[in-house]
Amino acid sequence: MINTILQMFSYTFILRAVVVGGLVALCASLLGVSLVLKRYAMIGDGLSHVGFGALAVATAMNWAPLEVTIPVVVAAAFLLLRLSDNSKIKGDSAIAMIATGSLALGIMIASKSTGMNTDIYNYLFGSILAMSRSDVLLSLVLSAAVLILFVLFYNKIFAVTFDESFAKATGTKAEIYNMLLALLTAVTIVLGMRMMGALLISSLIIFPALTSMRLCKSFRSVTICSAVISVFCVLMGIALSFVYSTPTGASIVTVNIGVFILFSIMALVKKLR
Amino acid sequence: MAIIECKNVTLGYDGLVAVSDLNFSVEEQDYFCIIGDNGTGKSTLLKALLGLKRVSSGSIVLGDGLRRNQIGYLAQQTEVQKEFPASVREVILSGCMNKRGLRPFYSAADKKRVEAAMETLSISRLKGKCYKELSGGQQQRVLLARALCAAERLLVLDEPTTGLDPQMTTEFFSFIRQMNAEQGIAVIMVTHDTHCAVKYSKHILHLLENDAFFGTTEEYIDSELGKKYIGGHRHD
Repeated sequence: MINTILQMFSYTFILRAVVVGGLVALCASLLGVSLVLKRYAMIGDGLSHVGFGALAVATAMNWAPLEVTIPVVVAAAFLLLRLSDNSKIKGDSAIAMIATGSLALGIMIASKSTGMNTDIYNYLFGSILAMSRSDVLLSLVLSAAVLILFVLFYNKIFAVTFDESFAKATGTKAEIYNMLLALLTAVTIVLGMRMMGALLISSLIIFPALTSMRLCKSFRSVTICSAVISVFCVLMGIALSFVYSTPTGASIVTVNIGVFILFSIMALVKKLR
Repeated sequence: MAIIECKNVTLGYDGLVAVSDLNFSVEEQDYFCIIGDNGTGKSTLLKALLGLKRVSSGSIVLGDGLRRNQIGYLAQQTEVQKEFPASVREVILSGCMNKRGLRPFYSAADKKRVEAAMETLSISRLKGKCYKELSGGQQQRVLLARALCAAERLLVLDEPTTGLDPQMTTEFFSFIRQMNAEQGIAVIMVTHDTHCAVKYSKHILHLLENDAFFGTTEEYIDSELGKKYIGGHRHD
């Protein structure tokens, strides 16, 4: 056991994956609580698909992947937020349309560029090898920014999540905090996408929040609990993928499913007693 | 001078006109009740007063230096809140948000304000409880406590006694009246309880299908409309 862990950490790429994965998991789980409660979870999924499209274009054009993808996904985040706030257009369908549309475009572009089949696979399902040194640095800086902004605006995010009309009516600029939430989500998704894969990254947002809501009773405890669960699941998932040579993203989600089931059972037991 | 001035206000939703060409004003320290049958646009009007909804035409102006962050608001509960994991204290504290400006964390004074509001509404023992596990009446009182924390000059209430039993309803109305009289906080209330409205308010706005009555409560009692509604609702 200890030998395996020591051996695992002797690889640079694993170390990078642990650092970036842990940070992204932390950011995603903190934001996830709000997103799930606001019924914005679909936005996370939509954004990851847009991210895939942008990533495919960036790779085909030989542009720096993160630097191109982040602004595109941030723009998409604002667009999706507007769509889901506008009740006249069916928000859900609009998000699904944009998501599948950019996924398809991404695949088209990727398949027309040279030798992209492995790349498509990596983008969709994630690869632990995708992280370069500069990516790790950028991820460190950006996730630190996400964390600091989240802590500073924690109370406002709570107020806007719990009751947007009250917040607006009593003089808090709810739209700004919704946009902040969308911005932070977009950055987090792009950072985590290449390790987790475009299809799986939104699980980091949704699972820890739902898991901790099984047992926790206050917003603060839900937030802290999902942060702990999320980081734990990422570390376990990476270890799992190392030992059994399974894809990293899928391994992390599998651990998340396990913890979710465990918490559900615990909630049930608590209820019955 | 009036704290809210409505001139020729027309409101609509889904392409229908809910309220048309309405004129009224709310005074400092007023106790202002909005009554009327279902579908006459009471809640829509309230949302417009709070700036949550745009007017189709006309104007709603906050006057006398009233700012949005001096307003407390008790809304009807939303679906999201019914399953929201939050402690009672967290919910009430969020009522102090509007005074914080850009400062990120709550102060000791804010926390005192919350304690006081819980004391007033006798929900102090619920402090650490989970909001979604409370009864309807308790939830309503928690939301009222939050509104109290936010209300510096004006308290806006939308059907505040929904989910309260008769005794709590009576207590609630006398509490609001006391607050209005002693602290001079203006009250705007949408209610379907015509009797309580007449009993406590200073001004009444009665919305009808295509018309509206606005005047002092005495004028309302003497009016044809008032006689019809107060008479028609009497059960004894």
